[in-house]
Amino acid sequence: MNGQVKTSVPWQRHWLGVLLIAVVLLAVPFVAALGGQAWVRIANFAILYIFLALGLNIVVGYAGLLDLGYVAFYAVGAYAYALLASPHFGLHLPFWVILPLGAGIACLFGMLLGAPTLKLRGDYLAIVTLGFGEIIRIFLNNLNAPINVTNGAQGITLIDPIRIGEFSFATTSTLLGIEISGPQKYYFLLVALAILVIIVNVRLQNSRVGRAWQAIREDEVAAKACGINTRNIKLLAFAMGASFGGIAGGVFSAMQGFVSPESFSLMESITILAMVVLGGMGHIPGVILGAVLLTALPEVLRYGIEPLQDALFGRMIIDPESLRMLIFGLAMVLVMRFRPAGLWPSPQRRRELAEHSD
Amino acid sequence: MSEPQILLEAHDVAKHFGGVKALHDVSLTIRRGEIYGLIGPNGAGKTTFFNCLTGLYKNESGHFVFDGVELAADAPHKAAEVGIARTFQNIRLFGNMTGIENVMVGRHLRTHAGVFGALTRNRTTMAEEAAITRRAEELLHYVGIHERAHDLAKNLSYGDQRRLEIARALATEPKLLALDEPAAGMNGTETEALRVLVEGICRDGVTVLLIEHDVKLVMGLCGRVAVLDYGEKICEDVPAVVQKDPRVIEAYLGGSVA
Repeated sequence: MNGQVKTSVPWQRHWLGVLLIAVVLLAVPFVAALGGQAWVRIANFAILYIFLALGLNIVVGYAGLLDLGYVAFYAVGAYAYALLASPHFGLHLPFWVILPLGAGIACLFGMLLGAPTLKLRGDYLAIVTLGFGEIIRIFLNNLNAPINVTNGAQGITLIDPIRIGEFSFATTSTLLGIEISGPQKYYFLLVALAILVIIVNVRLQNSRVGRAWQAIREDEVAAKACGINTRNIKLLAFAMGASFGGIAGGVFSAMQGFVSPESFSLMESITILAMVVLGGMGHIPGVILGAVLLTALPEVLRYGIEPLQDALFGRMIIDPESLRMLIFGLAMVLVMRFRPAGLWPSPQRRRELAEHSD
Repeated sequence: MSEPQILLEAHDVAKHFGGVKALHDVSLTIRRGEIYGLIGPNGAGKTTFFNCLTGLYKNESGHFVFDGVELAADAPHKAAEVGIARTFQNIRLFGNMTGIENVMVGRHLRTHAGVFGALTRNRTTMAEEAAITRRAEELLHYVGIHERAHDLAKNLSYGDQRRLEIARALATEPKLLALDEPAAGMNGTETEALRVLVEGICRDGVTVLLIEHDVKLVMGLCGRVAVLDYGEKICEDVPAVVQKDPRVIEAYLGGSVA
């Protein structure tokens, strides 16, 4: 699988590739900053979505469990951070306590969702997970009475940024003579987290657990007959995916300083799923590509279509937001029609689908 | 030997599907080290018996005693754990995994690496992975398809798929290997090769339970044979006796009543 592809590349080229990627990753926040800090934030969101999509990839891509409620775990992580590090409850725990805690709570929710749905497959599982995602959002929306836990639709404000000692991620500071803004700091944090999740994905894929997931995806009955405890292994996939959702949520909270239930709509779940499917289910580079494309698309539209319409017609004819959904839908249809395995599928998956269509 | 001579006892196993009695109080005993045949016309309940034994179905009454211990046949993976491995009538391989990966999945049960091991790739895990790969290669050699190890399972020929399924089942280190119509759809040469393979497996210490339609294969291979008809066991004996039993002949050739 992956390992074999890598060893066939000469090591010099391998390291050259790594070096190139490292340079690009280092340069991005500074290049983006030339266009304003807003672009750095966009880059941050792209990486946050890479992180989320790769978390979901474990559930959908590896274990083949169609999860439409992934955003629920993201929400759980975000609110865990928000409640434990804001004036809302007057708690200000450090991030290195909350992020693992948020991951743990999200993991617990993952199992909570996983346990009753283990016998469901495909469409049925999708419906239940979709419902679960909505339940969480509605809870967050309404848990302001009788005891105000989540502050309802107003959300929670003034969330602490990530802080290491005196070094705060919210403010601009000078390191080694280079001025680094808040978003730029988060950028590097997110890149580190994304590298972590990539390593986790790669290592899980080529492992005993990864094989068991793949076996379940292929044929659950045969997997059981091989002695795989499908219940535990599926729960594990849910739990792992959920933990990553939780961590992403925590970072999101800290980065934004504000969370409200509307950030965790069904649309968000679908977008993350679309990143996985559009890019190439189960294939890490594909998922990354999908996440970057789908994060960049609305921004490109916002900064590209508006001036374009102004230039052509002298006024705005179509609102970029509705155009976004239109293009999004069209892209999905086209990809599913012409590249059903995703834009950048794993070689194996491409073979699977090619032979199905014979 | 200190081990009990009886490997599997089925006691009055019954399974109904709605009003249909798929299995009606079937009892049989399989001795350690033998090749035991289970035959019968289509719909006689052979595969249902397999599914009850391996925990895919829950039998309404009766029970199995395997290796001296009562089987808690409520989950297939538990059956595999105590040492019952099976193949399927309609081959169920992991089609989009390679041959060797299929066998490696079979090793899942006897290995331990979890998420922590996978993430840290510590020495124990790497050693275990190497052992899994080595054992899978050995098993592919054993069943004679090592040259196709890196082909996707679904691209293998029919006979090779059957062999791969057997290799995967053997990877779970079974005491009892249950083969569900392994010769179905095979030509004469392939069936002969299968016969040699199954004999070899038995000689290497695995008891074999064989469902088969190919009467010639069963008669040549099995030490003892049970015949099912309409969910009931109508006969159990050595092949020579079974062949002459009037009820067996009636079941296969149709009775006097039309």
